[in-house]
Amino acid sequence: MSAVTEETQDAHGRDTLGSLARDYVAKLRGGDVGSMPAVLGLVVLVIAFSVLRPETFTKAFNFGNLIQQSAGVTIIAMGLVFVLLLGEIDLSAGYTAGTAAAVTSVLLTSHDWPVAAAILVGLLTGTVIGFFIGNMVARLGIPSFVVTLALFLALQGVMLTIIGEKGSIDSGEFIAKLNSDNLPVWLGWVVAVALVATYAALTFVSNRRRRRHGLTSEPNLLWALKSGGLAVLTFLVVYYLSIERSPKPNIKSITGVPISLVIIIGLAIVLTVVLSRTRWGSHVYAVGGNAEAARRAGINVKLVRLSCFMVCSTVAAVGGLMLASYSGGVNNVTGGNQTLLYAVGAAVIGGTSLFGGKGRIVDAIIGGTVVATIANGMGLMNQPDSRKYIVTGLVLLVAASVDAISRRRAAATGRV
Amino acid sequence: MSSEEPLLQLRGVQKSFGAVEVLRGVDLTVRPGRVTALVGDNGAGKSTLIKGVAGIYPFDEGDYTFEGNAVHVKSPRDSNALGIEVVYQDLALCDNLDVVHNMFLGREVTKRGMVDEDSMEARARETLDGLSVRTLKSVRTHVAALSGGQRQTVAIARAVLWNSKVVILDEPTAALGVAQTEQVLLLVRRLAERGLGVVLISHNLNDVFEVADDIAVLYLGQMVAQVDAVDTSREQIITAITTGKLNEGDAA
Repeated sequence: MSAVTEETQDAHGRDTLGSLARDYVAKLRGGDVGSMPAVLGLVVLVIAFSVLRPETFTKAFNFGNLIQQSAGVTIIAMGLVFVLLLGEIDLSAGYTAGTAAAVTSVLLTSHDWPVAAAILVGLLTGTVIGFFIGNMVARLGIPSFVVTLALFLALQGVMLTIIGEKGSIDSGEFIAKLNSDNLPVWLGWVVAVALVATYAALTFVSNRRRRRHGLTSEPNLLWALKSGGLAVLTFLVVYYLSIERSPKPNIKSITGVPISLVIIIGLAIVLTVVLSRTRWGSHVYAVGGNAEAARRAGINVKLVRLSCFMVCSTVAAVGGLMLASYSGGVNNVTGGNQTLLYAVGAAVIGGTSLFGGKGRIVDAIIGGTVVATIANGMGLMNQPDSRKYIVTGLVLLVAASVDAISRRRAAATGRV
Repeated sequence: MSSEEPLLQLRGVQKSFGAVEVLRGVDLTVRPGRVTALVGDNGAGKSTLIKGVAGIYPFDEGDYTFEGNAVHVKSPRDSNALGIEVVYQDLALCDNLDVVHNMFLGREVTKRGMVDEDSMEARARETLDGLSVRTLKSVRTHVAALSGGQRQTVAIARAVLWNSKVVILDEPTAALGVAQTEQVLLLVRRLAERGLGVVLISHNLNDVFEVADDIAVLYLGQMVAQVDAVDTSREQIITAITTGKLNEGDAA
């Protein structure tokens, strides 16, 4: 034991910015690019739009707007990560979102259900849809592409049936607030400080404990960089969102962190813990990496598949509520049009592999921000939808190529 | 050593798939602390014999005793419960997971509902150190980044992690270079030194004579002989593999 641990501790002692940078470059060269291309792309996009449309793009109002625009797609993308991790796809996630939102809206406005019950039933609608897809894929062995393509069409019909002849239904006051209201400024700061402090404290304590037991641990410098980076990013965002951003402040003041951002971050934390800290999460990665190995190791592969589709559709239902909230109700295009492609694009652009086994929840947030920035910036430049679609489509292709190339690289450099 | 009580004993086991008799009354003895090489030409029944021991294809006939007790092994779960682990040729590792998670695949340790990374890593490290594995720099390396020999090491370490008593290795050196073969054979030897019964399937007689204490030769579903490696020459084994007859009567 001793020889190896001494070596690792020695290495920690020598940790400098230079060695951290070298480790990171080695990781990139090995094909493990993670979210790096998406983050770089986001930086480029923000700079480009800021230069081209300085008077509108950089406004705090637009920033708040961008978050609310992206909320639905980003949340659907988080659910899709579970399915993509298995190397599967859910093409019906958009209309699952729409259908679930329609169910909640009808219960709220036509049947006067209590808010909590209506939302719960909406989410359960998603779970049931996921259960159906999962059984088709895991038990009958139909490719998920086909099952969800069929449901893409069928659920559209279900949603239209629920909406009824009027063509749209209102979602009620509570749902409307979810993706339009903001936290009070002070509460935004409290949440931000609590978030950063909790992250820094938890990782610090865990690192110290692991070092004491001679296990692998993050160097202190890396910990400081990560925690510091998170703090700077979080506080900048909250600061920017705390500025008065209403175009007409004397009529209606708009300040504070949007509730939708809190929902996104909260959901992301929960899903990340489930994926990276539970046995089930480990099994998801195992099945995505090598299903046969997982089966031989006694993992119930079918159950893992089924449950991933259920999680995906349930999370999509949450996304549906955000979509309904943003557009003030459910209509015939809620969850339709480009919603699904944007969501798949968000996950893949963020670094989740289409081949399975590789991906994180945070990928969906980073990728979702990229997709929303393109749509938002090009909208401000008065570009027609046609060009917006072309650019977003190309970005998705680029992201998928990065994924494929980095996989080949990993295969080429990984094994001696 | 060879007088020690056998861990695993097969007597007259038979297995057929439809009309094809693959095993026709095979005897095999695995003793603790000894490496038993299982050799034979393609189609001799080596894999079927191993799969029978592991419970993947249970035997049709014959006695299967483990530590002196008659047992019925009907599924891989039964053999795992007895302490028998098989390292298959294709290793069954997940490339996208690190060494620790591969060693605990499907048997992750949890604490308050969460995966207990600390104790898993410590136990993985302990097991690897116990086998004097020096080739793995970090147990947090993803398996995709490991060489063939390192992957084999991880697969073998996974087999001994669970206090197993018998480890069966299917062609562990088939895809390896010279230096890596040497490392893996050293590891095989160490398993035996720790008192495990080791069964090594190999086509490579160099490997067999380097590590094996016993050599069991299968020929068309029958055991030609199980002999002490030191009493046998390479020529005798080759003759036995190709003709099914051991030309000197002293060993059988």
